[in-house]
Amino acid sequence: MSQPITSVNDFVVKFANVNGSGSASANTLFAKSILRMGVPVASRNIFPSNIQGLPTWYEVRVSEAGHIGRRGGVDLMVAMNPQTWDKDVAELEPGGYLFYDSTKPMPRAKFREDITVIGMPLTEICNAEYTDARQRQLFKNIIYVGALSALLDMDVKAIEQLISEQFQGKDKLIQPNVHALHMGRDYALKHLKCPLGVTVRHADAVGNRIFIDGNSAAALGAVYGGATVAAWYPITPSSSLAEAFMRHCRRYRHDPQTKDARYAIIQAEDELASIGIVIGAGWNGARAFTATSGPGISLMQEFIGLAYFAEIPAVIFDVQRGGPSTGMPTRTQQSDILSCAYASHGDTKHVLLFPEDPRECFEMGAQAFDLADRLQTPIFVMLDLDIGMNDWLCEPLAWDDRRRMDRGKVMTHDELEAGKDFGRYLDVDGDGIPYRTLPGTHPTRGAYFARGTTKDRYARYSEEGPVYVDNMDRLLRKFETAKKLVPAPVRQNARHPTRFGVLYFGSTTPAMKEALGVLEGRGIHLDTMRLRGFPFSDEVMRFVAEHDRIFVVEQNRDAQLRTLLMSEGSIDPARLVPVLHYDGTPITERFITSAIAEKLSVLTVTPLRKAVP
Amino acid sequence: MTYLAKPKLHHPQLPTNKLGFTRRDYEGAVSTLCAGCGHDSISAAIIQACFDLSLEPHRIAKLSGIGCSSKTPTYFLGASHGFNSVHGRMPSVLTGANLANRDLIYLGVSGDGDSASIGLGQFAHSIRRGVNMVYIVENNGVYGLTKGQFSATADPGSKSKRGVVNTDASLDMIGMALQLGATFVARSFSGDKAQLVPLIKGAITHNGAAFIDCISPCVAFNNHPGSTKSFDYVRAHNDAVNRLDFITGREEITADYAPGTVERVVQHDGSVLHLRKLHTDYDPHNRISAMNYLQERQAAGEIVTGLLYVDPNPQDLHGHLRTVPKALSSLDEADLIPGSVALEKFNAGLR
Repeated sequence: MSQPITSVNDFVVKFANVNGSGSASANTLFAKSILRMGVPVASRNIFPSNIQGLPTWYEVRVSEAGHIGRRGGVDLMVAMNPQTWDKDVAELEPGGYLFYDSTKPMPRAKFREDITVIGMPLTEICNAEYTDARQRQLFKNIIYVGALSALLDMDVKAIEQLISEQFQGKDKLIQPNVHALHMGRDYALKHLKCPLGVTVRHADAVGNRIFIDGNSAAALGAVYGGATVAAWYPITPSSSLAEAFMRHCRRYRHDPQTKDARYAIIQAEDELASIGIVIGAGWNGARAFTATSGPGISLMQEFIGLAYFAEIPAVIFDVQRGGPSTGMPTRTQQSDILSCAYASHGDTKHVLLFPEDPRECFEMGAQAFDLADRLQTPIFVMLDLDIGMNDWLCEPLAWDDRRRMDRGKVMTHDELEAGKDFGRYLDVDGDGIPYRTLPGTHPTRGAYFARGTTKDRYARYSEEGPVYVDNMDRLLRKFETAKKLVPAPVRQNARHPTRFGVLYFGSTTPAMKEALGVLEGRGIHLDTMRLRGFPFSDEVMRFVAEHDRIFVVEQNRDAQLRTLLMSEGSIDPARLVPVLHYDGTPITERFITSAIAEKLSVLTVTPLRKAVP
Repeated sequence: MTYLAKPKLHHPQLPTNKLGFTRRDYEGAVSTLCAGCGHDSISAAIIQACFDLSLEPHRIAKLSGIGCSSKTPTYFLGASHGFNSVHGRMPSVLTGANLANRDLIYLGVSGDGDSASIGLGQFAHSIRRGVNMVYIVENNGVYGLTKGQFSATADPGSKSKRGVVNTDASLDMIGMALQLGATFVARSFSGDKAQLVPLIKGAITHNGAAFIDCISPCVAFNNHPGSTKSFDYVRAHNDAVNRLDFITGREEITADYAPGTVERVVQHDGSVLHLRKLHTDYDPHNRISAMNYLQERQAAGEIVTGLLYVDPNPQDLHGHLRTVPKALSSLDEADLIPGSVALEKFNAGLR
């Protein structure tokens, strides 16, 4: 038998539950109470396309060192779902701990020799205490949290405090929850060997960081970015972004006197209508957005092309997921890169932003509206399910009150009145960005008829080839301008000079950072660049040029970012080595470390001297 | 000659409206539609209605989808912003535009291909949301721009120009608009300007979803014997239930009508609709009886026209959403951005 794992403030707990059993709030309570003890955690919900009865998992990584990416592997399994028992037991690290409901005896063959098994008759305890079926179910979850608090030597006061905060206003629920907590804790202290080899100890490693999901943060970014019109159609994993926007607006966007709304939210009949509403509002001068996921992006393609050609500001939050239909769509991926970058028919290219965590979801969520107005084009904010729907520990959100909305080039009534030349598609400043006018501005000047392609610099109908080419080339100039406006990439050089670089983006960040440390420990030095926007700036191309080989780490099968780099930068494909994770779970440190180490060992093999013929 | 620019000069003694605009100020570019197209008559009726109402052209936004009908916004209201959007998607673009700025008048122009087939969903949902708009379907029963395919409003049994008989049931957009809660529903005929112009005026002043189904014969592909959307057929089967004389709130009623034949409908904005009844028992305020009557007459092959339903005090989408009276597009940082203090409080709740 392996030695039981021993670790303080550095381990992975995974809860295997049945969805609809009320486990989510108990599991979140567990994660948050560790945060309250000053120890960073990363929590990830792995859930099915289902409301009740299917397996769901909740993974909590405890890491005083602050690693909030997924590590890989599990040290303590809280196995509450008989359906997934075998798989859950198999996932444990050697020396790991298995906590389970021992009310019904399990055959010996169902365990492993190299783990520590902790059985607790949860159902029995519950049934003895409660008669109501729903209570039995809900309090069972709290009881196991209580037991874990003893097993992991947690501060029970932190949990009690959280319970009282959670039920503030519904005070009569506090005592029953605290009671259940202590029932579990007392049982564990009395009957189980406490603590385990893995424990939580008070630390001071959280600081003033906050625990928030990216969808909520992005929606708040939209509030701070001045969005007034939102149109959406429910689709996992983006629905909670639109719903968070409603929540934030109810809190921040009602006239204090009249209670009237300073926003309009439409749950549309489909994604086509959602983006249509956004484009109509953008054309008419409001800041507008939609939130969707891959299939929604597919449905919006025609409209996105229109907005590109007619040059209408729009913001699209794409919370990426795995593919079409039901099932994998509740899993995470970064697999809409190409379908967004080149969305629609005809020659189109779009601006993409890649937030790394909820804080950047907020920042880019607000910035996207400035970019949309400045560039008069759709802006995609590329979240994924991992960032969007999981609570992440990140720096607090910040706002500079001196900041003003950049409404871009909008010709005013007075400018029109003064006789300023207005050509809707006229490049007056050399940056490819023309002036626009808003409907209703001036009685006799500045009106134009918005349409897709067929127009000259003054928005007059024209089917002439050279006129079309002139406009298309200007749109390319505008895209060049976008390079300087999108968030700059973040470069970090290795301690030692290296011929190898890594490009990565989005939710890969924490696992990538951790992997870098591990690789460095093995003597593998890598320069890295985190991409934050598309089009790629010159800095990105320089980074590629400076290295022999670049590992492009992404969470999709087809190396979509790599394709984008190849096509936009005319880069030799051989120099871009794909590192691809696409099973629907968030990428892990262990995956990145082993993939890069393995590929590197192949790349750095010294070839045998060619035999002389 | 459509490739000639329309001269801007006009006779100095052309009549002007209250704002000093002539009818010419409401015109657009020269139409490129076929000579005799019903759609051009509708454009002329829109121009007349806007001139008569003394609307500021720049306070109107005109939106359309794709098709012959959707080309027409180029041919009227040249001083208004226009948006030729995506096939079947005018309603969503108009909805968004309306949400952004509730102060403008929104005129959506669509066709039966645009609204009854590809855009049926958007038609239905914009109506059921109560978007404050004038939604005109220029209904000719065919796809003109792609040369004469049946549309979804073609009646079963009607014959195409090539002699094909339509076997599919037809979509009744009026019936749908009534069922979906439109608060102003009318049907007219492009060949009856006297009927159409007041209906457009009534729709413009209506503060809710106003829908006008305007039969507009396609002279190129659907004006032959066997068609139920030809000039001859519509003239022969037109069952007008009333005539609308639009009168603004400030004007006195001067027309002299026989007692019991006229109803005054005062709209939300104070404007008065003067309904001259042709069928004394037709009640334009009863949605259910209107639907029944329409179904009966339709089964008999008749085309019921007139103001079919009106709710004089409708609520629009902005009313449902309780948005501020100002245009959302005009709100500034102080109105919209909660600021750093609120954000710090927000952060504090997440620790």
